[in-house]
Amino acid sequence: MALTKAEMAERLFEELGLNKREAKEIVEQFFEEIRGALENGQQVKLSGFGNFDLRDKKQRPGRNPKTGQEIPITARRVVTFRPGQKLKARVEAYARTQQQ
Amino acid sequence: MTKSELIDILAQKQKQLAYKDVELAVKTMLEHMAQCLANGERIEIRGFGSFSLHYRPPRVGRNPKTGDSVELEAKYVPHFKPGKEMRDRVNESMETKPIIN
Repeated sequence: MALTKAEMAERLFEELGLNKREAKEIVEQFFEEIRGALENGQQVKLSGFGNFDLRDKKQRPGRNPKTGQEIPITARRVVTFRPGQKLKARVEAYARTQQQ
Repeated sequence: MTKSELIDILAQKQKQLAYKDVELAVKTMLEHMAQCLANGERIEIRGFGSFSLHYRPPRVGRNPKTGDSVELEAKYVPHFKPGKEMRDRVNESMETKPIIN
């Protein structure tokens, strides 16, 4: 089961005592502000979690994987996520539990 | 934008909440997300994107200083895939907004 906005709001309700409407609203706004900053060309740095960076990609040749036909991949701006040290270390610790 | 700037913006928009509550809410949300990934669970936020873990098989690496080879264990790394709305909105701003890093 994947984590969703509803579960995040539920935790704010349970742990912080926000009412359900406030909790739902702040979860919504949290993601909206991050998206808004990126939309404005701004990098987002969330220490302990990671950075959302922007990269402008030039046009490059591509192919339709189904038909094999050559079609250019147009120039575009993309978001990349670079996990922070702390998050990486926590995820690696999970990998070790899986190997036993 | 940093975490504290994000908290400031949200606090301004959520006038009925004390600054401390907004700060705690942001920290709780990020901790919840990190916990999920640390337990091998996915995160799916519609219109924003999804976070999952990607497997990296064990490999032989090198110590860049000495050149000695070292055996590196298999691991997982967090991966983010932007959602459609995120991809579209970010891409549309390419012509008008320079990247500020």
